[in-house]
Amino acid sequence: MKHQSFSHEHALYLRARKKNLALVWILRLGILALLLGAWELVTALGWIDPFIMSSPSRIAKTIASLYADGSLFYHIGVTLWETLAGFAIAVVLGFAVALLLWWSDTVRRVLEPYIVVINALPKIALGPLIIVWFGTGSEAIVFMTVLVGIIVAIMHMLSAFVGTDQNKILLMRSMGANKWQILQKLVLPSSYPAVISMLKINVGMAWIGSIMGEYIVSRAGLGYLIVYGGQVFKLDLVMSATFILCVLAAGMYFLVVLLEKALVKNAER
Amino acid sequence: MKNILQFENVRHIYHTPRGEVVAAEGLTFSVDEGEFVAIIGPSGCGKTTLLSLAAGLLKPSAGSIVREGSCGYMLQKDELFPWRTIEKNIFLPLEIKKQNTPAARERALALAEKYGLGGFLKSYPAQLSGGMRQRAALIRTLATEPDVLLLDEPFSALDYQTRLNVCEDVAGIIRSEGKTALLITHDISEAISLADRILVLTARPARVSHAHTLGFGDLPPLKRREQSSFSGWFETLWRELNA
Ligand SMILES: Nc1ncnc2c1ncn2[C@@H]1O[C@H](COP(=O)(O)OP(=O)(O)O)[C@@H](O)[C@H]1O
Ligand SMILES: [Mg+2]
Repeated sequence: MKHQSFSHEHALYLRARKKNLALVWILRLGILALLLGAWELVTALGWIDPFIMSSPSRIAKTIASLYADGSLFYHIGVTLWETLAGFAIAVVLGFAVALLLWWSDTVRRVLEPYIVVINALPKIALGPLIIVWFGTGSEAIVFMTVLVGIIVAIMHMLSAFVGTDQNKILLMRSMGANKWQILQKLVLPSSYPAVISMLKINVGMAWIGSIMGEYIVSRAGLGYLIVYGGQVFKLDLVMSATFILCVLAAGMYFLVVLLEKALVKNAER
Repeated sequence: MKNILQFENVRHIYHTPRGEVVAAEGLTFSVDEGEFVAIIGPSGCGKTTLLSLAAGLLKPSAGSIVREGSCGYMLQKDELFPWRTIEKNIFLPLEIKKQNTPAARERALALAEKYGLGGFLKSYPAQLSGGMRQRAALIRTLATEPDVLLLDEPFSALDYQTRLNVCEDVAGIIRSEGKTALLITHDISEAISLADRILVLTARPARVSHAHTLGFGDLPPLKRREQSSFSGWFETLWRELNA
């Protein structure tokens, strides 16, 4: 059955929308192709020194050789593992601390200035301390990633918990609810959207933390490749690692958006 | 008639870092079983405080409050949880009070069915009109079979047309379930159209300045508004409120 249940105007509207979407995609890809093409051209013609600027073809070659000697997925794996571990720990720990702070007003008031100061502190200042405490392995970088993400997670969740509708709390108290019941039946479900936005923010935070950590101290990973490439003036390596990072970050972002869609659908049932 | 709620010389003081507010002073009144009492007073005089005291959410600073049996609280907005279906919302107080038995659920569902919510049980609050939601809130309040209903301006968030309808609905449900009710409002005509007895409060600190027994019997709200005595009551109460 191919019956259209909408008007002719609506069909026109849908077609115009589809056309517009196609145009947007053509332009997006066009810009990318143009930039890459111009880059390749100016370096190939020698207008700009490819030794400093690298070029798309040299990046492709570098990635191919990284792949050939087996180090491509090793470095990607290291960074990905550090980022995901740091993300998971920051999110879970941040959520738990926020719950504790919500539960006890006194604890919250006592700890508030500490949180504010840790939040304001540029975490990179702790670099030397982290090296001394955790050495130069992945642990140091995971710790840095957690440090960057956890405060954001705490503050985001705490403001959601504390912002729970006072009238709904009053209603529950009038039913005789205890604090645990209020948490379980009201505060947690009503914080659901905040959990999703917190996950989204923290994905970005985790990348910042892990790459920053690898800049300070590392023997492997994409951040390490970038720093190393810079030190020995292999700009091809720097550009290649940056490019891979872009792809990974974009991939992870889309995964989170997918997760968000699934979770929101689940919440609405 | 049995007293179901009794305030005796109640005082309530709110303490804040900036100072103290005496919200009630020398507050004395009682509510009999099966009675519908409306309390009117200027806004900010301490009406919500009075209801919170009656519900046991606040302890009085002085005086005594005696309540026989359990109470159900209904607020200005329906406060239905948007992530729960209407049915699950109605079961909420049962879950809280650990009375979530099949028999209790059955009874709550029967109430919902009887008062026109049967078709909406699996819907979410956002899918219902304001009037329907307030009705669902009332059924939720009734689910645990409270001995006295405490209503804090439950219609004031609705538009005028809906307010008249919901008022009619709620009055009908409360009368036919034979519930004791204490309604707080600043709307004089709402008080007259619902109550058996009206208490007028002074400005803060709240104290009962006048009490009237209306004598409309079980007459529903819209019918009451047509009575010739309605405007008489309105004038009397208006004068007393603005004295
Ligand atoms: N939690 C509180 N802390 C301090 N003052 C309060 C609090 N709740 C109410 N009040 C004050 O007590 C007075 C009575 O409040 P309320 O009972 O809400 O009045 P109404 O419901 O009649 O408008 C108001 O002046 C209000 O500012
Ligand atoms: Mg009030």
